[in-house]
Amino acid sequence: MSTQLAHIEQQITEMKGKLEALSGEKHENKLSMIVFSGDLDRVLAAFVIATGAVAMGMEVVMFFTFWGTPVLRDKGKKAGDKDLMGKMFGAMLPKGACAVKLSKMNMAGMGTAMMKSLMKKKNVASLEQMMEMAGELGVQIYVCEMSMDLMGFKREEMISYPHMDFCGVAKFLEEAMTSKIQLFI
Amino acid sequence: MSEEIKADKVMDLKGLPCPMPVVKVSKGIKEIAVGQVLEAHTTDPGALADFPAWARTSGNEILKTEQGSGVIKFFIKRKA
Repeated sequence: MSTQLAHIEQQITEMKGKLEALSGEKHENKLSMIVFSGDLDRVLAAFVIATGAVAMGMEVVMFFTFWGTPVLRDKGKKAGDKDLMGKMFGAMLPKGACAVKLSKMNMAGMGTAMMKSLMKKKNVASLEQMMEMAGELGVQIYVCEMSMDLMGFKREEMISYPHMDFCGVAKFLEEAMTSKIQLFI
Repeated sequence: MSEEIKADKVMDLKGLPCPMPVVKVSKGIKEIAVGQVLEAHTTDPGALADFPAWARTSGNEILKTEQGSGVIKFFIKRKA
């Protein structure tokens, strides 16, 4: 009898421990997204999800890395003091949201132009409009510092987005750990 | 006898595709007081699934949905 009681007691203690561990896991009503792609279609989808999530009452954090980074360049801004590789990357990669191409059916730019005119006709918001809307809604954007450095981008050539910061992988992971949803696009 | 619902604010979202109807309605509902009713007109068929989903997660209530001649009308009570 007493051994049985001790056994039950032990089980209760174990369960208490598990419950405490569970309540310690803080999942906020938040969506974290990695935008790795620099394709028009994918980035557009990322912003549709981001703005939709804010509408659903979520906090949204977008982390732009690798090919996603040039999407945030400002076509009207210039940055000097670049080395040869930086200049080459700067010239070859799209300069901002208006310059990104479709992942499929680009057809030397023709497909992208057709898609853009179709979007306009169907009243679908352009990527630039979506980004502006995201800014108004308070979507947080983090830019990968390593990608910036690798591609030779300077902060002064990036768009002036109201909630933009530069960071590394740890910041993203911290956000992802406390998010209900994490996406990689 | 259908009950007439009096809206405190009307939003015309016709012609706007996803995600705009939900984004705009989530902004618009904050402009009325809790307990008041927002009437939203949309032509996006996806809204038939999206508006109830949005209402459930944001804690608001869709009182009535009307459909006719391509326009969907939602009567949403602000509860949160």
